[in-house]
Amino acid sequence: MSEAIITADRLGKRYILGEHLGSSPPMLREVVAHRLREMRGLLTGVRREKPRGEEFWALKDVSFEVRPGEVVGLVGRNGAGKSTLLKVLSRIVDPTTGMARLRGRVASLLEVGTGFHQELTGRENIYMNGTILGMRKAEIDRKFDAIVAFSEIEEFLDTPVKRYSSGMYVRLAFAVAAHLEPEILIVDEVLAVGDATFQKKCLGKMQDVASGDGRTILFVSHNMGAMAQLCDRGILLEHGRITADGPVRNAIEKYLQANADHRSARATFPIDPSKASQVISMEIRPVGGDKPTVQYSCDESFVVRVEYEIRSQVGGTRFWFTVLNLEGIRVFFSEFRDADSEISTRLKPGRHTFEITFPPRLLAEGTYVIDVAVDREFVGLIDHHANCCEFTLRDMIPQRTDRPGFFSTLLPWKLVDTTAAL
Amino acid sequence: MSTNTEATTAAVELADSPLVSSIANINNEKHDYSRESSREASEVVIRPRTGWIAIDWREMWTYRELFYYLVMRDVSVRYKQTVLGPAWAVIQPLLTMIIFTVIFGRGLEIPSEGFPYPIFVFAGLLPWTLFSQGLSASALSLVNQQQLLTKVYFPRLFVPVASACVFLIDMAVSAGIYAVLFLFFHATQGTSPSWWTLPMLAYLVPMTMVATLGMGLALAALTVFYRDFKHLVPFLVQILMYVSPVFYPARLVKDWWPILALNPMFGIIDGYRYAILGLPCNPGALAISSATAVGMFLFSLFYFRKTERQFADFA
Repeated sequence: MSEAIITADRLGKRYILGEHLGSSPPMLREVVAHRLREMRGLLTGVRREKPRGEEFWALKDVSFEVRPGEVVGLVGRNGAGKSTLLKVLSRIVDPTTGMARLRGRVASLLEVGTGFHQELTGRENIYMNGTILGMRKAEIDRKFDAIVAFSEIEEFLDTPVKRYSSGMYVRLAFAVAAHLEPEILIVDEVLAVGDATFQKKCLGKMQDVASGDGRTILFVSHNMGAMAQLCDRGILLEHGRITADGPVRNAIEKYLQANADHRSARATFPIDPSKASQVISMEIRPVGGDKPTVQYSCDESFVVRVEYEIRSQVGGTRFWFTVLNLEGIRVFFSEFRDADSEISTRLKPGRHTFEITFPPRLLAEGTYVIDVAVDREFVGLIDHHANCCEFTLRDMIPQRTDRPGFFSTLLPWKLVDTTAAL
Repeated sequence: MSTNTEATTAAVELADSPLVSSIANINNEKHDYSRESSREASEVVIRPRTGWIAIDWREMWTYRELFYYLVMRDVSVRYKQTVLGPAWAVIQPLLTMIIFTVIFGRGLEIPSEGFPYPIFVFAGLLPWTLFSQGLSASALSLVNQQQLLTKVYFPRLFVPVASACVFLIDMAVSAGIYAVLFLFFHATQGTSPSWWTLPMLAYLVPMTMVATLGMGLALAALTVFYRDFKHLVPFLVQILMYVSPVFYPARLVKDWWPILALNPMFGIIDGYRYAILGLPCNPGALAISSATAVGMFLFSLFYFRKTERQFADFA
């Protein structure tokens, strides 16, 4: 086995609450007062503990090694330290303790379109963004046509990007990023933007990068499906520490199970008036029942009940949810136009509750989680809650339990020929 | 409608289908140039840094193209969506000259040492504009570009330095206008400019940048931590203008010059008048000012390097 291309040795990152994480940086007045207190302490010989805020370790004792060509997914709840780890490895923030070693050219993609300037044209921004991400001008010159073709925005190349739709903007930014050729690629949750078709294209390009040239990728996403598909190895971070490191499916499963306490058959979401539309609540209940329930038999129907609020009427808005199994595989997708393709034109601002009935014997036995979201064509996600509700299906008939596969549908075995008399 | 359906299917497929054919054509151009691409291959060691940190010249050299694009971005953005466009680069210095001439030359009758006041004041405005604009821009450069600091790694020094360097281009334009006025003046007088102008400027222009960054770098770093400086900088620039011989000849301050020369721009502007107009120069003032400029620059540079590792935490 070749030598590790990334080595992290007991990395730690400490923040002092109120100092860094406060909404605003410290006021000069506070610092001057603090220094004066310190000086007075020196003069009077009274040494007091520095009046510091509460400590918070965003990362603690994080050690791992990555071999060349590995594609590693970082899994964990928001605030578990995934982004901090990527920032440390990208040299954007310094670690407080520990050490990391990266052998090879690194490119980090922590945001879509870093360095894009609204007033510059698409062409100018390709060069700006490309050099910021670590490309040489000569390299961009050479790849220019490929980048433009990938972005599908040829006609608008000489238009300032402020005139672009958000979809075009994301496409252009991704096109540049997709043509990076580092030995180590660090990617934060950037695939959450952009429409699904384009996301797919980017995932494909990333996968090509990984398998094609044996490039090493460190990847964060809340999209467990993408993660399971793209990565060979998963690292689970919880409260800044690594709690699992191994095959990606194990990490995802552990992640989804570890968060089982936080889930139930009902979830409500904070109101955020800045969003054009959002999900208010989601719950899973039996047909005809009014209590959220987690357990169902494979033979019964159950209802997913989702409440949305539309604040401003916007065309192209889509309400949907996906059902994932505990391996993080998306087994089912459903959206509000499935039953009525014209529904989006009829919904007015206000609150709307939908009930979606799952027929009996659709999904196989097991525990499932639901991702619920609102997105908009060419804009991407407006509101998204991953793994918010959970339900478990059990097959009550002994001969049908423990079957492999994704479905519990019973197929009609019709006896059409036999040599024995019935 | 069709796009929507496509998007829906795509989202479902994501999980199970090996994504392929649609992208195959893009990937055909298999790359054999990855060797020479991007930054030089090297080992990076990341560990907590403390104390003073040396300047990594090699790294800055590797990133030199980024520096070029940072400067060009500011230049090309400046006059976008203006009717007059780049003409502003010519109008601005001329307008400033006219305003100063009307107020200080005509109004207050400030002596212009035997030259027409516009010729006299322009020689001071050239370095002053570079300094004041460069200082304000570099002081605000980091806070105005926080998203860069928190999302990508590159030599942080580039941000304030590039912001200040943009004004070298403005200065070149102003110098062109000035050269026309100046040569016209000499022609009417039947005199000719002196030979030492160019060698002197070769010293003075870099020294002006040193003075600008001497304050700009430290202020840029301080502004990240304390936004108070955002409000302080305009006052600082204003005060410095009054204690620099921009609109008056340096000799007017009489015996106060050794103190005023602690302001780097005092001696430097006096030097420009000597270089361009051949006015008597105070070598002592230029020496003191140069020394403070270099001293402040070194301090600023190291303060910046010392604090830059915290920028992303505070930005």
